[in-house]
Amino acid sequence: MLKETPLHAFHVAAGARMVDFAGWEMPIVYRSIIDEHLQTRKSGSWFDVSHMGRLEFTGPGATSFLDRLVTRNIQTQAVGQCRYSLVCDESGGVLDDIIVSRDTDRWIVVCNASNREKLLGHFARVRASGGFDAAIDDRTESTAMVAIQGPAVIAKLSPLLGVDIGAMKRYSFVKHRMFLIEFTIFRSGYTGEDGIEVVLPAGAATLAMTMLAGKADDADSTIRPAGLGARDTLLLEAVMPLYGHELSEALDPLSAGLEWAVDLNKDFIGCAALRTIAQTGSARKLVGLEVEGKRIARQGTIVKHGAEAVGVVTSGTLGPTVGKSIAMAYVDREWTKPDSQLSVDLKGTGNPARVAPLPFYRRQSRL
Amino acid sequence: MELPTDRRYLITHEWHKSEGDTIVIGITQFAADELTDITFVDLPKIGTILKAGGRFGEIESVKATSDLYSGVAGTVTAVNDKLATEPGLVNRDPFGQGWMIKLKVVNVAELNLLLSAADYSKKTGH
Repeated sequence: MLKETPLHAFHVAAGARMVDFAGWEMPIVYRSIIDEHLQTRKSGSWFDVSHMGRLEFTGPGATSFLDRLVTRNIQTQAVGQCRYSLVCDESGGVLDDIIVSRDTDRWIVVCNASNREKLLGHFARVRASGGFDAAIDDRTESTAMVAIQGPAVIAKLSPLLGVDIGAMKRYSFVKHRMFLIEFTIFRSGYTGEDGIEVVLPAGAATLAMTMLAGKADDADSTIRPAGLGARDTLLLEAVMPLYGHELSEALDPLSAGLEWAVDLNKDFIGCAALRTIAQTGSARKLVGLEVEGKRIARQGTIVKHGAEAVGVVTSGTLGPTVGKSIAMAYVDREWTKPDSQLSVDLKGTGNPARVAPLPFYRRQSRL
Repeated sequence: MELPTDRRYLITHEWHKSEGDTIVIGITQFAADELTDITFVDLPKIGTILKAGGRFGEIESVKATSDLYSGVAGTVTAVNDKLATEPGLVNRDPFGQGWMIKLKVVNVAELNLLLSAADYSKKTGH
């Protein structure tokens, strides 16, 4: 039996195609992935991301416990700040990528839906072995979470929510109460656009989204619903790693180019293994590829230099905004320089591909 | 969704419509919807000879890549060139402007071995 988010009935009524995603029945597309992608880039979209895990850490040992679990230093993190971080195993493999937010009396961790159960098990083991005095409250099913993303979102939602979102720093959050509903508003997202992510009580989600985005999904609406299909193409253009593609237990964050999210000067699970990798260098690194033509190099496609296999694709699509066939791939370190000429093996045929500067897409600065 | 009854189907979602001794082939709305936005259609050259059940091309979407099959034997006499620049026609009008190839067939009766609209619908659950 698949789990349903508080917005499930909305998706079905809106005609979304629903699919099994990590045990949740989620909308993959409402109209067209490309339409929803372009709507996000030019105006705004909202995505139901209630399937993502929301875990709250409390107690006197919560900070030292979480600091032991994640790759970034959270001791220096201010109340109201959010940080992208990784959870690794002892060998430096990535168990998940998460957002850690510090509230006055608790920490909020947002994790991938597919990794929630695994992380809860990992956290419980680390807490027991380290004797940390901390509690974990899984708030995933009592709350909803939506990502509202796009260049028109901040101006449209600030007056509706009564919060000057434009004045909020990127990667910060505020708590806000309206009509007795508590909203936690994060200035973050995973599409390459400006926007917010909002956590609110499960029972208020449908009403709140109707209020914020409008009841009717008209073609001229500023903010329209978008599915997980567009989320994938948006984050790939913006070169944000996707767990199960660019990240996994078999891969480490340094090879994925996430050095900025790993603080090797602190102690955390996996730090010894990662220090070794940092010293010797990664055998393969994550790069972006521009694939010649319109064919898509999908996950698992072999990357070659001449006849020699030098890498493997982790994600690929035809980028709706950039208008090119793009892919992420792990390749041997000698071929990671921009403009390295490689090929992707599409059904036995070598299709030229070039290591491209990243990101594929960057939004226009507001200044 | 209405499935046209003037043509025959494969379980792999290709439709086959008779126009005299020529058979037009495309894919169903269900297949197009499942693939989501189609980005590329690889079609054979005119003159290519196909066996019944043979692969004639490949279709790609944002989400997936899938092979295309012909249910009947024949020689390719036309391909829909429009799909090279407008692959989205397959999403918008899969039973009409989104057609893919025309085959001059050896034996028109082979068509009767394929699934009727009702059988396709029953077997695929759509």
